[in-house]
Amino acid sequence: MNKPNERKLTIARAMAEATAQEMRIDPGVFVMGEDVGQLGGIYGNTRGLIEEFGSERIRDTPISETAFIGAAVGAAQDGMRPIAELMFVDFFGVCFDAIYNLMAKNIYFSGGNFKVPMVLMTSTGGGYSDGGQHSQCLYGSFAHLPGMKVVQPSNAYDAKGLMTAAIRDDSPVVYMFHKSLQGMGWLGTEKAATVHVPEEQYVVEIGKAKIAREGKDVTIVGLGMGVHNALKAADRLAEQGVSAEVVDLVSLVPLDRETIRASVAKTGRLIVVDEDYMSYGVTGEIIASVTEHNISALKAAPKRIAYPDVPIPFARGMEQFCLPNPEKIVAAWGEMAA
Amino acid sequence: MAPTRDELHWMYRYMVISRRFEETIAEAYFEGKTPVFNMANGTIPGEMHLSDGQEPVAVGVCAHLKPTDVVTATHRPHHQAIAKGVDLDKMAAEIFGKKTGLSGGRGGHMHLFDANANFACSGIIAQGMGPAVGAALSRKMQGKDGVAVAFLGEGAVNQGAWHEAMNMAAVWKLPFVCVIEDNAWGISVPKDAATAIANNADRAAAYGIPGHRIEGNDPYKIYEVAGEAIARARAGEGPTLIEVETYRLAGHFMGDAEAYRPEGEKDALFAKDPIPAMRARMLEDGSASEAELDRIEAEAAERVAAAIKFARESEEPAPEDALTAVFA
Repeated sequence: MNKPNERKLTIARAMAEATAQEMRIDPGVFVMGEDVGQLGGIYGNTRGLIEEFGSERIRDTPISETAFIGAAVGAAQDGMRPIAELMFVDFFGVCFDAIYNLMAKNIYFSGGNFKVPMVLMTSTGGGYSDGGQHSQCLYGSFAHLPGMKVVQPSNAYDAKGLMTAAIRDDSPVVYMFHKSLQGMGWLGTEKAATVHVPEEQYVVEIGKAKIAREGKDVTIVGLGMGVHNALKAADRLAEQGVSAEVVDLVSLVPLDRETIRASVAKTGRLIVVDEDYMSYGVTGEIIASVTEHNISALKAAPKRIAYPDVPIPFARGMEQFCLPNPEKIVAAWGEMAA
Repeated sequence: MAPTRDELHWMYRYMVISRRFEETIAEAYFEGKTPVFNMANGTIPGEMHLSDGQEPVAVGVCAHLKPTDVVTATHRPHHQAIAKGVDLDKMAAEIFGKKTGLSGGRGGHMHLFDANANFACSGIIAQGMGPAVGAALSRKMQGKDGVAVAFLGEGAVNQGAWHEAMNMAAVWKLPFVCVIEDNAWGISVPKDAATAIANNADRAAAYGIPGHRIEGNDPYKIYEVAGEAIARARAGEGPTLIEVETYRLAGHFMGDAEAYRPEGEKDALFAKDPIPAMRARMLEDGSASEAELDRIEAEAAERVAAAIKFARESEEPAPEDALTAVFA
């Protein structure tokens, strides 16, 4: 999708650009979180913003996630459009009450009389030996609980459009970005996530999946980093004469079940790739979405490739053993076709 | 600054409305729950936390608040909701779980939300701190007039959320007032068994802000101290912490046998019931006549009766309405 001379951005810069553009037209938008100010966010999501908008609207917080996420709820209910950054999603353990009991429930508890137009942006993912409290995805846990929209871009184009959509949404949106897609050199990075991004504002609809690659023999469903694993696997499968279709979920809540079902109706085979834990998670939900709708849509038992049900280990070999990768997807096809 | 005559009348009126409301709710709550008490049964199912005895805190603070100011309250929210100007008909209907309730029956008595009154409450201890501080931040950032008040119980100061939000309000110098209702009990655990210091106003020192403790559940004194704190917040001078000694005349929840109370405590508390005490004081200091107070009480009873009638006569929500209003 890249052409010569087109402007390419990393996901981090795309997020920052979307935020800045929305802040210019809506004075209610502001960002708060740990190290979002002078540092520009440890993943670069607010880089350069403090120079334009100042420390009131690009607001460093105390290390008090319960307080500042709770405060974002209060500010959102009072007419602002806060973007709060939870530095690592793993830190949700110290602030989940503010997230799922306040942010996610106040619209419902108020019978729709309160709006909670806030974005909770947070980093996910491992693969760089950061240990088991800085490497999780956990989006299945958020998506399981009603009242939050949950998105994760796989590339910078979607990252910008999703951020604009998330800021404008009157409901809370959990905007999850994968660290290895951010384009931060020090984290290692998936180059394919850095793509052409138009300068003007645009919206990527929340709740709509995308076909990242068309195919006819097997559907591979994933999100975030999983999409890149799926695309690489699809390249290798193509060498074997297998045509794989890759579905980028983009959004877990709302989940675009129609697009998944339509793809599987075409291919008859389903592999789901997920970096979140296997059990009770995204992979099971995707498969159930297909089978409960039409049990005969599948010509073979579906496969899932997800993080095994263990905490994330530190040692490189152990962590890489657990993570999804293109080889596992290709192997899953092999078992499926056998 | 002492309350004016009109303010005293307002305070007494709202204390009496609140008490009458709780008494009426208590009667309705036990309908269908005798001879066997089952929380799931009756006219009003679920938990019920009544505020009898704590009315002075609500009126002493809310006397200074405008409809545009923001209040967050707790699982024991009725007195504050009433004093903040929450629609009494819709509030009663919400407590009865009716379609005409504030939230169409989705919230219940611990989740009362009234956008017009800028009031919200929630069921987990210290949970209102973050949203109140956020509302205060919102007003400061927008340059709009407005103060946010979080009401909490004395047990809430031991929650991490409380400390986090107090510090953030102080470091950002927000128009925020934290009001601790010290009713001496966290369900069955007395304050001195749960909190290492006797006076939570001392904690203000940890945030470099003023702290005040008010003894005796005294609406006049609460009015005075809250007035200073709210004026200070409006003037941009930052938050204040206030702890008020108050009395929980009811159990923690309805059905609480209160066996943990020392013998004689309830009698001693009822002897200090703030409503007759305020009535006597107003008569004594000449700020109201017997006839005026009688009229206030009669009007309060009528107002509550109308709200309860509205709630009783309202229709139930359609069960499938449960599936709506998840998102804005």
